[in-house]
Amino acid sequence: MNDVLVIGGGIAAFCAALAARRAGASVQLVDSAPRHLRGGNARHSRNLRLVHDTPSPLFPGRYTAAEFLTDLRRVSGGHMDEDLARLMAERSRELPDWLQAQGVGFQPTSGGMIPWSCKTAFFLGGGKAMINALGRTAEDLGVEILHDTEVLDVQLQAADTHHLPARRGHESLTLSARTVVICSGGYQANPAALSRTWGESAAGFLVRGTPHVRGEILLSLLAQGALPAGVPGACHLVAVNAMAPAADGGIVTRVDGMPWGLVVDRDGRRFQDEGAEITPRRYSFWGRRVARLPGARAHLILDTAGLRRAPPAIYPTRRADTLEGLARALDLNPDILRETVDRYHGALRPDGPEDGHTEGLDPPKTRCALPLNTPPFHAWTMAPGITFTCHGLKVDTRARILMADGEPCDGLYAAGMIMAPSILGTGYVAGAALTVGAVFGRIAGKEAAHRVLKLHPEAEKCLN
Amino acid sequence: MSELSPPDSSASLAEARRVMNLCNVCSYCTGYCAVFHASEQRPDLTRDDLHYLANLCHNCRACWYACQYAPPHEFAINVPATLARVRHDSYRRYTWPSAFAALLARSGPATLMVSLVATLLIPLLTLILVPWDTLFAVHREAGAFYQVIPWGVMTTVALVTLGTSVLALGIGVARFRRDIGRGAPPASSWWRALPRAAADLLTLRNLDGGGGGCNDVDGRFTQWRRGFHHALFYGFLLCLAATTVAAGYHHLLAWEAPYPVFSLPVLLGTLGGMGMMVGAAGLVWVKRRGDPAPTAAETLPADYALLGLLFAVAATGLMLLALRETATMGLLLALHLGTVLGFFLLVPYSKFVHGAYRGAALLRRAMEQHHGPGTAGKETDKE
Repeated sequence: MNDVLVIGGGIAAFCAALAARRAGASVQLVDSAPRHLRGGNARHSRNLRLVHDTPSPLFPGRYTAAEFLTDLRRVSGGHMDEDLARLMAERSRELPDWLQAQGVGFQPTSGGMIPWSCKTAFFLGGGKAMINALGRTAEDLGVEILHDTEVLDVQLQAADTHHLPARRGHESLTLSARTVVICSGGYQANPAALSRTWGESAAGFLVRGTPHVRGEILLSLLAQGALPAGVPGACHLVAVNAMAPAADGGIVTRVDGMPWGLVVDRDGRRFQDEGAEITPRRYSFWGRRVARLPGARAHLILDTAGLRRAPPAIYPTRRADTLEGLARALDLNPDILRETVDRYHGALRPDGPEDGHTEGLDPPKTRCALPLNTPPFHAWTMAPGITFTCHGLKVDTRARILMADGEPCDGLYAAGMIMAPSILGTGYVAGAALTVGAVFGRIAGKEAAHRVLKLHPEAEKCLN
Repeated sequence: MSELSPPDSSASLAEARRVMNLCNVCSYCTGYCAVFHASEQRPDLTRDDLHYLANLCHNCRACWYACQYAPPHEFAINVPATLARVRHDSYRRYTWPSAFAALLARSGPATLMVSLVATLLIPLLTLILVPWDTLFAVHREAGAFYQVIPWGVMTTVALVTLGTSVLALGIGVARFRRDIGRGAPPASSWWRALPRAAADLLTLRNLDGGGGGCNDVDGRFTQWRRGFHHALFYGFLLCLAATTVAAGYHHLLAWEAPYPVFSLPVLLGTLGGMGMMVGAAGLVWVKRRGDPAPTAAETLPADYALLGLLFAVAATGLMLLALRETATMGLLLALHLGTVLGFFLLVPYSKFVHGAYRGAALLRRAMEQHHGPGTAGKETDKE
């Protein structure tokens, strides 16, 4: 029997496994994904939000814990647990050194190759390289790793040993451990669970990250009375190309360039000021808007001049020499699309500081209001891409899962996106999800190991 | 110009364009090497751009292991193998005269054949033309080598073959430089960029994987390939230096080879030859053990053939040194000169060209690079 069983394969799971192993416990990590998909959503991540009081090779300037908390409070929709958030911010300082000690490389700012950011540090080679390093170190230290193995359920009760039903292909097995750290994420790849909130639209969501995050354990623990955090069905969405894979498309499937064109729904009508949001928040802004449309699809219409201004994309556009031809290619009513564009052209006021705006149009276009008159015309179809869900478990500052009465459940820990809604609430700031995973993964792993070694002092001797 | 293109190059270029366009959108790998930022600066990814990027790529394979879109992902991104194929095609495209491009199309067998023919031809001619009592005599005096093969013959053949080869390679590289110069406007002149490009070339900075080394064999980071390449490259330079010093002795001091073991040419040549042997053998070892997934297998025979030839040049040179006071000296000298002749002939028509194109690409990169931090400019503190 292992001292610590870690369920999951993302940054939280690997940090928990490494922390527990380094504390002297025997550790088994069980991941439902195959090895080539290890890493959960962290496989697709790039940067990590960190508090630092002085500039370093990893970031310019400084980012205080108070600033981190202010940023979180602003986005969390009132769901932020102050104690957990403060703990995360403070302990995020340790992460660069600790992660580098596990073999993780960071990209220094001196190369000038990464976007300017004083709040986040960038992994050299991105999240998969980071996970490769953690996985290699875990293997070297003797963490036993099982891929393609799904833990089916966890009983929400304090115990000194846990026996968990699991499945590997068609084989059923029981995994036993003295403590369990659950890092299995939310339920963004579970359309049935999402449809309770999103109805039929949920079937049209594309999963941006791992398809293995279905959240069965999370939903079971909530049903058993674990204290919930966040909001059921709330999720982080961005606008992705509708041609993107059903899962695992990552960062390159995002659609950008909306200010340079018009965005219409499946009827061919505009529904949103395309110039309203041009900050890095524009991706999630459009994701939320598209998710609420009938059919959860929208089309970005560009003329050739607009396409030239749009950033590079991996998918080719649908193109046609006339707007009517484009409408037919997109299965839109050509008359309605023509009417939408004509009304837009009638409202154009080309002067002004932001490349023009519209007057008397509803919704208006407040930036980059340029005519669509250079054929051929182009379109990308957008779909909501779901990144993660904002509904999870509450934990205490030792990462123990809290039960309905608010008491911690001894021997059961949670880290990563399964408990991140306690901190992020219904919002997100870049790099913060990884910080939750890494900080609470470490805490959970160490707490789990210490609990075992305290209960079974004889275990410590045979481990080291 | 398209009639110069090998028939399959449009497919490898189209794949390279698809791959590097996705890399430009992703841009997670900019810390590993020069390729990714250079690619972002040339978003059109024309044929010239792709030839430039392919020759910037040092095939370190760090980006393969880091890639979230590597197979079995449906995007099937494989930057090292894709750029290796384009690089291979680019050598053919710039071969001068173009009729000889066929030698680079099947570079492995071609290099092997030319080297074998040259290596055997010289000993054969020696056996036919040199009286055997001279050839198999023991020669110890100054000018011993030239009693077997006259100095005039040796230097004429060497100068003519090497001169022609350097000219041919120079024309190819000049055309390559002109074509890759059509991309982004340079930030500095070539002479200002030269020190940086030279440092990149001499230290193989791009084989450093951003600080951790390369994935020479598998997912682990090592400095093996870089180390062995340094041994081969600097060994080769030492051998060049030995030849140059010897030529100086011959012409300026009227001091004829063979030189004593502790003379400068012999010391330089011995050290260089050993470096070449260790480097060539080590590179073959690394390549044979390497993960096949990020490798374009069809480009490997060219590598092995050149490494084998360089190993043979060094090994026969050291054998000649060891046995030069015996009766085998005459034939060993012919054998060594045969390998050297093969190498001279193949300078523009074997994998050896990679160094020249790599140097031109690194120079262009140094010219296009803006210096100082933070030039990427975008703020990503929120999503």
